[in-house]
Amino acid sequence: MKILGISAFYHDSAAAILVDGKIIAAAQEERFSRIKHDAAFPVNAVKFCLRQAGLSIDDIDAIAFYDKPLLKFERLLETYYGFAPKGLFSFIKSMPVWIKEKLFLKRIIREELEKIESFDKQKIKFLFPEHHLSHSASAFFSSPFEEAAILTIDGVGEWTTASISRGKGNTIELVKELRFPHSVGLLYSAFTYFLGFKVNSGEYKLMGLAPYGNPDSPDIEKFVQQIKAHLVDIKEDGSICLNQEYFNYAVGLRMAKDERWKNLFGFPRREEEEELQQHHCNLGYAIQLVTEEIVLKMAKEAQRLTGCENLCMAGGVALNCVANGKIERAKLFKQLFIQPASGDAGGALGAAQAANYIFFEQPRIVSNTEDDMLGSYLGPEFSDMDIALDLKKQKAVIEKVEPFDVLATKVAALIAEGNVVGWFQGRMEFGPRALGNRSILGDARNEEMQKKLNLKIKYREGFRPFAPSVLAEDAKAYFDLDGSSPYMLLVAPITQQRRKPLPENYNSLPLFDRLYTPRSDLQSITHIDFSARIQTVHKATNPRYYRLLESFKQQTGCSVIVNTSFNVRGEPPVCTPTEAYACFMRTEMDYLVVGDFLLDKKKQPVWSEKENWQTTFAKD
Amino acid sequence: MDFLKDLWDFMKERKKWWLLPIIIVLLLLGILVVIGGSSATAPFVYTLF
Repeated sequence: MKILGISAFYHDSAAAILVDGKIIAAAQEERFSRIKHDAAFPVNAVKFCLRQAGLSIDDIDAIAFYDKPLLKFERLLETYYGFAPKGLFSFIKSMPVWIKEKLFLKRIIREELEKIESFDKQKIKFLFPEHHLSHSASAFFSSPFEEAAILTIDGVGEWTTASISRGKGNTIELVKELRFPHSVGLLYSAFTYFLGFKVNSGEYKLMGLAPYGNPDSPDIEKFVQQIKAHLVDIKEDGSICLNQEYFNYAVGLRMAKDERWKNLFGFPRREEEEELQQHHCNLGYAIQLVTEEIVLKMAKEAQRLTGCENLCMAGGVALNCVANGKIERAKLFKQLFIQPASGDAGGALGAAQAANYIFFEQPRIVSNTEDDMLGSYLGPEFSDMDIALDLKKQKAVIEKVEPFDVLATKVAALIAEGNVVGWFQGRMEFGPRALGNRSILGDARNEEMQKKLNLKIKYREGFRPFAPSVLAEDAKAYFDLDGSSPYMLLVAPITQQRRKPLPENYNSLPLFDRLYTPRSDLQSITHIDFSARIQTVHKATNPRYYRLLESFKQQTGCSVIVNTSFNVRGEPPVCTPTEAYACFMRTEMDYLVVGDFLLDKKKQPVWSEKENWQTTFAKD
Repeated sequence: MDFLKDLWDFMKERKKWWLLPIIIVLLLLGILVVIGGSSATAPFVYTLF
């Protein structure tokens, strides 16, 4: 059974291909189009998936789209009707797109596929699993569990905003759901908006900002109380009720009612790029606490309703790795699997899996040890010949270093000396996290590394934290983490032994003074509250990256390095060697490794571009 | 035709018949807007709005 999964037209378009239940390929369109969170039909991602599987469209048994357009349209109409006459402007703005395009999705998909190659239009079967079923399927059917509770939480699909299901074998049974307009994802997005970040992309910035809140400040408790008293009513089972008097997303073009929020919290909405003040951080801290409380209650409810020992998670809110860490530490479940592409991109994979296992009733073979995601390395890869050709076109000065052990030793030494290294290997990651194949690496012990990476390499906000990669076997020596976190989706504190004593007034210091206060012997990856978003590196899924970390450990005694995605602010992570080289030359990165090739910045020809790349990529 | 069949199946499944007139009116308006793109019918559409 060959199934092509597609997610498109909202944000993070993607395609995935499944052959007899095995995930052959998956990729986000943004990586090819170079438009961050690209919502267009994923023509390039589909082409890549077909090429990787060696199939033509005629070979495909079914195309699965990740939601039900008619059901979503029903929600829109009912919502506009319910709020009328409010929302007339938004109604007029949104309806033409629906009437001209989104309602006729089958036709549009056919037309778009026709651009790739001609095929028999009568033969092809279209399936439209529900949005949250797609998320559930992407989590459960990729997991190593025969049976598990499934929790999906996001902004909104058709009607559902969160769901609890029971997965068993090749079936998924919906047990409970929360419906629009009451949504954890939209609540978090409303705060993302109010604190001056972009909705649908700035949520992880808010998560990174939250720890800068002063836990000793009475503001935190006050904000939490205000949020609970005026914005969200949280029930014991994790269901919530959002007070629509304060929100505008249902029929408006903004997330929140600015004036009401200003009156509630005592300050106006922060403008993009406006300097961050302590009250912004405190409010971020408060909403993170509230979100964690809700997510934890939902997980408890999932456990109570299903009685399962394992939990699978997906949906945009499942990317809130701080909340995930709380679930892990609460020990509600024996094992936890979080889909690495938890956002809408992962819906493409889930739709294909739902079609395969639920619609076509294909048997599911569970390994019980490893998940089906292949480390999430599901994107394109390039041979040494492709790489050499690409780099030669750029007139790059390259040095082939073989065997790989020698290269790993050399690169580990360069990192230990304080250099920043672009690391491009094998298949590109599927999902938002760089997991060691399209990464920028640095020494986690280096006190200047966080500042250098943010300001001179990534050109992004100085407050943003960086994540560590650690040899899976050594994780416990550095972090209070039980089990593994292969997809960088769990946050855990660094161990007490690694921490440095803090000044008494630490929590009341200004934001950047606190950031630059020495906190641990892994300063660059220790967030302001001693937390870290961990990636455990496993030999089975990424032997090259594992070998590099081993070499680093042999030379330094430390098995942790900084790992951040290979891109600059506003740019999707690089996909090809050419993009990697361009990113390397635009920034103050010191070395680049592409496959077996090592590139030294000092030896490269002068880099000139016709366009100013800093305006090419809009700030995210 | 594919769409009309899907719409009918959807209506039967969801049983929200009160939405049908709204959808039909919207679709008719949609057709007018699309056709309104051509010069021959544009004046009619302008009058209508």
